[in-house]
Amino acid sequence: MKVKEMIIEKLLFLCASISVLITVGIILVLLLDTFEFFQEVSFVDFITDKKWTPMFKDKHFGIGSLLAGTFLTTVIAVGVAIPIGLSIAIYLNEFAPKGFRKRIKPALELLAAVPTIVYGFFALTVVTPFLKQFIDIDSFNALSAGLVMGIMIIPYISSISEDALYAVPKSLREAAYGMGTTRLQTAFKVTIPAASSGIIVSIILAISRAIGETMIVAIAAGQKPTLTLDPTETIATITSFIVQVTTGDVEHGSIEYKSLFAAGITLFLFTFMLNNISYFIKKKYQEKYD
Amino acid sequence: MSEKKIMLEARNVDVFYGEFQAIKNIDMKIKENSVTAFIGPSGCGKSTFLRVLNRMNDYVEGFALRGEIEINGEKIYRKSVKVEELRKEVGMVFQKPNPFPKSIYDNVAFGLKIQGITDKAFIEERVINSLKQVALWDEVKDQLKKSALALSGGQQQRLCIARTLAVEPSVILMDEPTSALDPISTSKIEELLHELKKKYTIVIVTHNMQQAARVSDDTAFFYMGELIEFDKTDKIFTNPSMEKTENYITGRFG
Ligand SMILES: Nc1ncnc2c1ncn2[C@@H]1O[C@H](COP(=O)(O)OP(=O)(O)OP(=O)(O)O)[C@@H](O)[C@H]1O
Ligand SMILES: [Mg+2]
Repeated sequence: MKVKEMIIEKLLFLCASISVLITVGIILVLLLDTFEFFQEVSFVDFITDKKWTPMFKDKHFGIGSLLAGTFLTTVIAVGVAIPIGLSIAIYLNEFAPKGFRKRIKPALELLAAVPTIVYGFFALTVVTPFLKQFIDIDSFNALSAGLVMGIMIIPYISSISEDALYAVPKSLREAAYGMGTTRLQTAFKVTIPAASSGIIVSIILAISRAIGETMIVAIAAGQKPTLTLDPTETIATITSFIVQVTTGDVEHGSIEYKSLFAAGITLFLFTFMLNNISYFIKKKYQEKYD
Repeated sequence: MSEKKIMLEARNVDVFYGEFQAIKNIDMKIKENSVTAFIGPSGCGKSTFLRVLNRMNDYVEGFALRGEIEINGEKIYRKSVKVEELRKEVGMVFQKPNPFPKSIYDNVAFGLKIQGITDKAFIEERVINSLKQVALWDEVKDQLKKSALALSGGQQQRLCIARTLAVEPSVILMDEPTSALDPISTSKIEELLHELKKKYTIVIVTHNMQQAARVSDDTAFFYMGELIEFDKTDKIFTNPSMEKTENYITGRFG
């Protein structure tokens, strides 16, 4: 018995270590090629150059163009998902009958389970033509990609926020009702503030997901790095650039190849930062409730 | 009964949770500026009946009420009555202290702010007065900005009472307000009740016979959803009319 437990313990430890080792390995590989990249391209150029054209004769490596694309699509997506996701969460938590809440939540979560390639296709072939009837917009553009991505990340916000609202003790809600609050007041003055850390975590997670999303932007937003904040233009995000390069034939060890890693590590830095913020908030939140 | 005004009157009240009937045909008249205790074994419907008085059960699934309840001359289950207005008139204190995770000051100011009152001086005066009424002022006057959650359980419960007083209700409902507290905090709140009844009408649910005897003017004994006996507290505890009441207060069941 003792031996068996020891073996299981060791096995579990091994599994845990492997996942840590893999993460460390990935970071190391990223760092190594990034380091080589910066041997050839100056860091200042990387930050300040207005163009990103590693595949052209006239090579430029200004990450700003890719960041702008990522920023643009992410902001649009989050701009769609936050109001809709939070409204859903508040409605389900405060107003919807219990049975409805139970049935609708898994249905909503399906939104996140739709293959992103389908979303991308939808953005390109339905949303963009639709938008074209009203505004002058490129066939590949940040707007439809962002909008559709927003729909995809709604459940991240609605589901996690609703869990956070649900975890607010019933006694607090009753205290508010007892003071004569309406349902909306109860939500906005008591339950939402009490669940705020959980809600913020859900938003950060959604942002993280939007930054890392690849297929939708690669298909619908185009592959043309542009330093712009105009959502009707064709752009490229960090992720869509990476797809573009890795699916083409780039010579191993070339500067184009190395630029992949510089872009990759930039992406990683952002999501890593967001993860840490949400971890920090979560920890604080747990302290508050027990 | 005496010439005191009737504050609260229930007529033929039945309460259902789905199929289950929790309250059976209860009639009751509660006088202004009195303390009324609800006693009875667990599950007999004390909380249910108490929560009916400020319509706290409205959102409970399957809840249904028959009969009529009048508070301050108003039939509270009429369609035209706004529950939010009613609850400002009929405040509630719960078993477990449940301050908001806000500052002490903001807890007491909550009800006023909800009503849309913005006059800072007015709010401050009410906050101070309410805290003084529950004898908490001296303990917290230097830390009004501190989180209410940092207070002790007894202090929290007095804060919750202050929060209710701040909106100046006519009736205060208390559901076992001291059952989660230590004896000293409990006796502080009991003393408070004597003061508060000069201005308010108080209904208190309690499992503690001594407490009911100490703090109340009238006592209602509930058993299995029925109001078995309702009379002066002295009478109930010294010479009850019903055998069930006597059995209960002498500890023979429940
Ligand atoms: N939300 C509800 N749904 C269904 N039944 C309920 C609900 N609340 C209470 N009941 C039932 O109604 C009856 C009365 O409950 P109530 O809470 O009023 O009793 P109580 O006298 O306050 O008991 P205690 O002294 O334990 O607090 C009980 O049988 C209880 O199971
Ligand atoms: Mg009860």
